[in-house]
Amino acid sequence: MSTGKEQVIYWLIRMVMYAIVMVIGYIIFDIVWHGLPALSWDFISQYPRKGGAEGGILPAIVGTLSLLVGTIAVSLPLGICSAIYLSEYAEQSRFTAMIRLAIITLAGVPSIVYGLFGLGFFVLLLNFGTSILAGCLTLACMILPTIIVSSEEALRAVPSGYRDASLALGATKWETIRTNVLPYSLSGIITGSILGIGRAAGETAPILLTVAAFYLPRLPNSIFDQVMALPYHLYILATQHPEADKVLPLQYATALVLLLLVLGLSLGAIFIRIHFRKKYRW
Amino acid sequence: MWKDKAMRLLMVSAASTSICLVVLIFFFLARESAPFIVKPGLGALFDTQWIPVSFIKERFGLLPLITGSALVTGLSMLFTIPLSVLGAIYIAEIASPVEREFLKPFIELLASIPSVVLGFFGLMVLAPLIKHFFGLGTGLTALTGAFLLTLMAIPTVITLSEDAINSVPRAYKDASQALGASDLQTIFQVIIPAALPGIIAAIMLGTGRVIGETMAVLMVTGNSALMTWSPLAPVRTMTATIAAEMGEVSFGSIHYHSLFWIGLVLLAVTFILNIIAQRVLVRYGMMK
Repeated sequence: MSTGKEQVIYWLIRMVMYAIVMVIGYIIFDIVWHGLPALSWDFISQYPRKGGAEGGILPAIVGTLSLLVGTIAVSLPLGICSAIYLSEYAEQSRFTAMIRLAIITLAGVPSIVYGLFGLGFFVLLLNFGTSILAGCLTLACMILPTIIVSSEEALRAVPSGYRDASLALGATKWETIRTNVLPYSLSGIITGSILGIGRAAGETAPILLTVAAFYLPRLPNSIFDQVMALPYHLYILATQHPEADKVLPLQYATALVLLLLVLGLSLGAIFIRIHFRKKYRW
Repeated sequence: MWKDKAMRLLMVSAASTSICLVVLIFFFLARESAPFIVKPGLGALFDTQWIPVSFIKERFGLLPLITGSALVTGLSMLFTIPLSVLGAIYIAEIASPVEREFLKPFIELLASIPSVVLGFFGLMVLAPLIKHFFGLGTGLTALTGAFLLTLMAIPTVITLSEDAINSVPRAYKDASQALGASDLQTIFQVIIPAALPGIIAAIMLGTGRVIGETMAVLMVTGNSALMTWSPLAPVRTMTATIAAEMGEVSFGSIHYHSLFWIGLVLLAVTFILNIIAQRVLVRYGMMK
């Protein structure tokens, strides 16, 4: 059907696509290739020594994980409730339009601006100090739009017949949502939230100003402690460390751990999505 | 029934937090940058030099930072637009269903690589490459940053452009083919023009992401606040300036307030890009 000239153009477009794929593949390969030899159980389970030049990254891993738990604890309930409002309750009104505008705006705010806001509001004005609490709240603000948008999409995917049937049986609005809408949209909500949390795990700019410690070889005791965090640790090792060349294997290993964490979260989300897409079909 | 009302109230208040948050962010950035207007005055922002710490005279000109951001962003969009649009065409129109199932998650994978890891990759692999290729003294240039930002913008722009292409009614394609147009003619003369508003919105949203990107550019663009339009010169972007200097600035100083001005400019630019992109999508009926 298509002429020789068209075939050439098809192949050019195909080459562009696969060039992108190869670059992505190469980045991941490079980090894995150089990071794997330096990765060991000791590296993951030990405290750093000598300003990060030796030892492991346990506090950074614990720090990042505690930030993620805190972030999800704040943003998930808030995000899901907002999404329920938008999908189940909201009518076409100015108020709804304003909420949508706000969500779009939040989604576009640069991460460093969230950092500035977190510093000014949570750290200084509310006097939380440079702490896990301030960091979690800042990250939660950042991923809130992601969670709202994906949760709303998941809620809207539930056929309206489910709601109608429940309401017709005399259930109240909330009973209907709780028993006939939320359970079926849970997988979509989880998928979106994992993707959001993956973004939070890798972000450096917002925690730079609100929580991250340069070098703190101990575990946090309370939510008012500073912590080390994986992305910030990598940034420090790669650019601020006095002997950046010497700690090169540690940099690669840190990058690998961070990459594994984030990619693991994304892959998990993708698998959940595929699994449930097969389970529910409407 | 009271429970039903209570739940409704809970959902409404949760949804309102987004509005509060936007207001708070704008208010806060404005509040923290306001003292700068009194001293040293708004005019200082239009200085051509950014020397926030100096024994002689501090200068808080945003212009070199704005041109830095503009240079890196412009270069990166130069690469991003053709690559992403062609990529989106490939995924939406040319790829086989099996290929599509593989390509889409792969692009999502790129989106999830943390910017600090990309920055690290840039530092280790890309910067030396550029240094040797162009015979420069340093590989930390605007071009290096632009390459990394391209990698970050590609997933956003491809995904949204693909949505735009998919939203073109099937009938357009059928009509074009019924008139005897080849597949390629259909793609470039019917589908792309019809999807154009969506693609433009995708590019604008991608641009917003690129302008706001911090860590990768902080790591690989060299961070010298000079006004230049050369892709091979080190530059310093607005985002990198905030990230690099906020940690050391003394609270309440002029320097502190000037960093909030940078934040305000960033916020305004991304806000406007976002709003225009949404307007375009709504206007052409491409909102989901």
